[in-house]
Formats: sequence, structure tokens, C-alpha cells
Amino acid sequence: MAVCIAVIAKENYPLYIRSVPTQGELKFHYTVHTSLDVVEEKISGVGKALADQRELYLGLLYPTEDYKVYGYMTNSKVKFVIVVDSSNTSLRDNEIRSMFRKLHNSFTDVMCNPFYNPGDPIQSKAFDSIVSTMMVQAF
Amino acid sequence: MDQGSAAGTGGTFISLSDTEQRCYSGLYALCQPDSSGKLAAGKVAELFRASQLPAETLHQVTEVCGAKRLGYFGCGQFYVALKLMAAAQAGLPVRLESVAGELPLPLFIGITNELEMRYPNHPSTNESQPHILGSLTGSAPRPPADRPVLRHPDTSTDKQEAWSPPRSPGISPPRSPSAYRSYPYGAQRNGTDTLLAYDGKVAGCPSVPQENSSPSHYSLKLQPEQPVITRVASVERLVERAEMDYSDDPWRITEEQHEYYTNQFRSLQPDLSALIMGTVAKNFFTKSKLPIPELSHIWELSDVDKDGALTFPEFCTAFHLIVARKNGYTLPETLPATLRPGFVEPGVVPAPPSEATEPLIVFDDNMMPGANQLEMGSVDLQMTSRPGVTSKQDTRDESRKPEEFSPKRIPDPHEKPIQHVSTLKPDSPQELDANMKSRTRPRSYSSTSIDDAMKKVEEPPTPPPRPQKTHSRASSLDLNKLFQQSAQGSRPSQHSLSAKSGWLPRPPALPPRPPATQIFSFLPGSEKSSQKAVQQANFADFSKFREEESSVRGGLSTEDLAPPKLDSTLRHQGHAPQKPVRRKLHPESQSATPPSAAPYSAATLTKSTQRPPPKQKREIQMAIRKNRETNAVLTRLNSELQQQLKVVHRERVTLESQLELLRPVAST
Repeated sequence: MAVCIAVIAKENYPLYIRSVPTQGELKFHYTVHTSLDVVEEKISGVGKALADQRELYLGLLYPTEDYKVYGYMTNSKVKFVIVVDSSNTSLRDNEIRSMFRKLHNSFTDVMCNPFYNPGDPIQSKAFDSIVSTMMVQAF
Repeated sequence: MDQGSAAGTGGTFISLSDTEQRCYSGLYALCQPDSSGKLAAGKVAELFRASQLPAETLHQVTEVCGAKRLGYFGCGQFYVALKLMAAAQAGLPVRLESVAGELPLPLFIGITNELEMRYPNHPSTNESQPHILGSLTGSAPRPPADRPVLRHPDTSTDKQEAWSPPRSPGISPPRSPSAYRSYPYGAQRNGTDTLLAYDGKVAGCPSVPQENSSPSHYSLKLQPEQPVITRVASVERLVERAEMDYSDDPWRITEEQHEYYTNQFRSLQPDLSALIMGTVAKNFFTKSKLPIPELSHIWELSDVDKDGALTFPEFCTAFHLIVARKNGYTLPETLPATLRPGFVEPGVVPAPPSEATEPLIVFDDNMMPGANQLEMGSVDLQMTSRPGVTSKQDTRDESRKPEEFSPKRIPDPHEKPIQHVSTLKPDSPQELDANMKSRTRPRSYSSTSIDDAMKKVEEPPTPPPRPQKTHSRASSLDLNKLFQQSAQGSRPSQHSLSAKSGWLPRPPALPPRPPATQIFSFLPGSEKSSQKAVQQANFADFSKFREEESSVRGGLSTEDLAPPKLDSTLRHQGHAPQKPVRRKLHPESQSATPPSAAPYSAATLTKSTQRPPPKQKREIQMAIRKNRETNAVLTRLNSELQQQLKVVHRERVTLESQLELLRPVAST
């Protein structure tokens, strides 16, 4: 279960960021922000020739003593960042991938909505519900 | 029948809502008016008896409305009588004052068999009608007797809808009794009224009372009813429908609504089996003036296949949700079962989506939601058109989506769809543009405001008439002469102006801007004058004065620039509050004259007394004026350039945003 889920736009500003309110959300915001550097690093690592074959799932970006950060970048440079609590039973990689897949699908649905302007913060209730299912049920 | 709105006895005017008008006109027709408009006494009596009011009350009503006095029931009297009966049924005394406000429609029971049928069906049909309107509370069907009494607007609206497709009143939106929805109703009503008269159906009555009781009928209901207008036989259908298992479900699409939606769908996409693209649908739904987040939510709910386009059922669902939302229903988190594209009501026979009345008759009680959606699409189209038409008739139309879509409704139901489409399109682009602008170009708004501000700024500098006023008093010939002499080059005509010498340099007719050039030429011209020597001698003074002038001017609004006054004092004259200040500056700056006296008089006096150095003064004044003009011209130029810059900025921003939108597709 994720502690914080964020959707970052191509220009590296957050389209959607939501974290478990029990903990200081600012910390997660900062974590997500710093994780962007790691994302860039991972992307740049892949040669331009492999750009088309770049895998969307970036895997574990970096672990800290409290939590782990996973990244996922779409072909349109929209990044999904999931922060999971390390104390949780370590989630399998497949589980993280499935979470990202759900996020991506949900994000695509948001994009399909003609009333949504790309670049606007995501305010879709459906998207919120998907994220809620993935967040830690701490409340 | 619309004259009922001015129903009055003895000249008193009582306004009637659209629903009331419809009902009354229907009742009026029912009472078999003869050529002169008088109603058959027998029918009227029968109607009155059907209201179930005590005989005394009926007598009172007859007396108050003036029929007793006249000896017959004319249209006005009849309408007033109906209103009085509604008031009486609501418990109010039978007085003209009682009918001044909104009242539920009078309830007439037992006028016709159908009427009776209607009543029992009313509750059910009304409720079965899309509850969007009001049946949130799911109020049970009202007993007919309670109709006049205030009921849940929802239920009343529901009932009305059920009742009067021909009457069309049913749907009057609970919200705005006046505006509304009467449009579609009104339009329908008129058509149906006559039909009703033929059929002897007083269905409108029950529906009307309901309408009245819920002034704030949901426009939604109204719309579905509009298409019904053409369906005279829809009344029968309604009756049948009443028997259907309608429940208080605002999320159920009625037949009329479905037909309406179908029409709307057709306006966007002729092929009912095709998809409406997202952008097209967005433009269309944006016209409903719902906030974008809500529209976004509605889209999420209705686009079940998540393909970014709407199929016909999806469109009906979305439209229905929008109508519901406009009527006040909160949007559900998930799609109600009745709105799902696959929902099919038992026993519904999908009728061809046309405005023709025939198909309506064929309709079974329940419309298949799926099929209904198709029909609804057409219905929606019709309804949107109808509301538009009715909106014309009724200026109080709610800001319903249909209204927005087709503000110009044509009473003729058959023409509605056609016109609807035509009117719909013009509206949509306008709405779309407005919405698009609001969403995508916030900056333009700000820039336009700045532009406006700038324009405003530009305007002040050219107050031609000012100098005249100020100068009028100090129209000393001497001054004129002074100015004339000084202003040789640029404004000979100006100088030769009348006594308003003060402003001579500045021609009232000309804006300050052109003088700018003149200023420059003026100064050289003045320099070239015979007073060159003097000018040269005072050149330093000129600059000094000019600076002072400009500094003073700078402090003033641009208005100051407009009238370049030859004389600094004159200049001040243009600005009363500053005159004393100016004068002081000038006298101080100018070596000669002490403008101690009243501003104007002092100026004149000083001018006259400053004869000795008139040329110098003149030169100074001319210089000042020239500077002013230059300032004005430059200011104007600056503002214009800034406006252009804004426009260019805006364009740049637009292009950048477009580029950004196109860029994501690029890899890495």
C-alpha cells in the first residue's frame, strides 16, 4: 500500500499528489520532488536509440530507511511516483507494476475526458477513487 | 391563450406563469369558448364543480373575477377565476390579492374521465418521470386534492410531465416557474390545448396544478414535454405510462427526454449509431454553463467505454445527468443503474426518434432506456430546440442547457428540430468560444483589461472642449493676440480663434495628438518669428518652463496633455484644482508676471500686464504647449504600442501552449 502517490507532468510540476495525511505531507512532497532527479537520471541512462523501447516502469528509484520510492514514466513524459512504507511487508515488484498500470489506465481515462485540459491539476473523482484504493488504509 | 397572462377583471392585471397559462388555456379551450371568447356557462360550471370547492367559494370566485358582473366568462375572467380557485384550494381567501403571487394550479377533479385517470396516474407518472426534477425526495404520489397545495416541487413537476406531454406543462422546471420552462410547455400547450379541447382531455389541469404547485419545476421535465407537444395522443400514452412501474427516480430518462436527447444527438451527429467526438461533445455540453469540473465528472460517468467519444446511449446519459444537475440534483458518484446504456425497461417499445406524434403513440408505457436513449437523443434535440423556442416566448426561461443551446425556439414543434439545429450550432460556437476563452486564455482577459485601461488613459489627453471652458472667461483679446503671435506655425487657425484665447493654441476639434507635430513645428516656427531674439534670450527660460510644465504635467493626468495651453496659466485653467499650483509655478518660473489674482483673472491680468515681455511669455507658453502636445502624442503612441505588444504576447502564449500540447507526443 502506497503512502504517497504523485503524478508529475512533463514539465516536472505536479498534476496530482496525494499522501497519507497522518504523516507530514510536506516530507512526501519533498521526496517526490527529489525523486524526479533520479527519474531523469534513469531516463538519461537509456540511450536515445532505445528511447522507443524504454520500459515505462522504472523500478525502485531509491530507498530510504523509512520508505521506498518507485517511478514510472509514460511515453509522454508524465511521471508517476509511488512512495511505499518500508515497514510494510515488502511489496512484490509485480504488485508495484500493477499499481502503476492502474494509475496509467486511470490517467488515460482522465486524459480522454474532453473537459480536462492537459496540464491542469487532476480533479477527477474516478482517479481519486483509484488512488484511494492504493493508498494505505490508515483511516 | 397567452393573453391569460394579463387576465384581469376590470383592468387589473394578474401575471400568470407559463404553466398556469398553459393549464388555463387548456381549460379555456375545454370550456368551449364561442366566437366572441365567451365560455359556455355549462362547461364553466362543470369545471368549477370539478374543483371541489364549496358553492359559496365558487360564487365568490365568480363575483371577484368579474364574470358575474359581465354575465359571462370571458378569457380574462376565466383566467382570474381559475387563479382564484387555485388560491381557494390552497386555502387563501378568494380575493384578487391572493392571486397576485405564485399559486399552484387549480385542481379540477372529475372533469373528464381522463382527468380522473390522470390523477391516479399523475403521481405515478410524475414520479416515473425523470425525477431529476424533483423527485429526489421520492415523495409519494400526491393525492389529487393535494396538488394545489404546495407539494414537493419535484413531484409536482414529475406529475406534470407525466400528464401533459401534450400539455407539456408538466415539465416546468421547479426552479424557475416563470422562466421556464414554460417555454416548452407553452409551445406544447398551445398545440395540445386545442387538441385537448377536441379530445376533451383536461389532463392539462392536473398537470397544471402540479406545475403551479411547484413553480420551480425542473426544466428537465419541461424539455421532455416539449417534444410531446406534437403528441396529442401522448396523453393516452401518459395514462398508460402512469400504469407503468415508474418510481421516484430522477435518474430515469423519460420518453420525452429521450426523444429530446435524440434530437440533440442528431444535431451533433446525424447517425445515431455513430460516436460524438469528445471535443464536439465538450462544446455542446459546455453550453449548459455548468462548471467544468462538474461537466468533467458527468463525462466520466457517462463515457463508460472510456473511448473519449460518446455513443448515443452515453450521450443520453450525459445529457440526462446535465439536466439533472441543472435542476439541482447532485451528481452521483457512480452511474445509476437506470442510466446505464444497457438498461432496458420492461415493456418499452422504442419508438422512432422523430418529432412526429405518431411514434409517441406507438410507444409503450415504458421506454427502453437504451432505446429511449436513442429517442432521447432526438428528444433532447427537440427539447433543446423547444426550450429555445419557448424561451423566446417566455423570457424567464431558466438558464437550462436547452435554452442555451437553442435560444430561438419556434413554437412549431416540427420546425423546432430544424431550427434547433440551426440555432444550436450558432449557440455552441459562441458558448464554446466563451468557454474556450475562459479556460485557455486567461491571460487575454487580463491583457484586455489592461488595454482597456490604457485606452482609457489615452482618452483623457484629448479633451478639446476644455480649453474653451477655461478660456471662455479669460478671453481677453490680448491673450488671443499673444497666442496668435506665438503660435504662428502650427496653429494659425487656432490662434485666430475667438476670445477663448487660452486654448487657441489647441484647436478644440483636434485631438491633442496631432498637435504634437505642430508643437514641434510650432516651436521652430515661433523661434523663427520676429521674436526670435526674445525667444533665444528666453530659451533657457523656455526649457526651464517646459521642464516645469512637463513635470507638473507629469503629475497631472494625461488630460493635462490634451490641452496645451500657450499660457501656463491657461493650462492651469484647464485643471481647476491645479490652477493655483500652476499659476504659482508659472509666475515663479516666469520672471514677469505674478498671478496672484484669481486663476483666470490673474492669468488675464498677468497677460495684460506682461505686455512688456509678451513675446517671451508667448514663447514660453508655446513651448509649454508644444511639450504638452508632444507628451500627449508620445503617450498615445506608447499606449498603442503597448496594446500591440499585448496582442503579440497573447499570440505568443497561444502558440506556445499549442506547441506544448503537440509536443507530448514526441518521444524523449
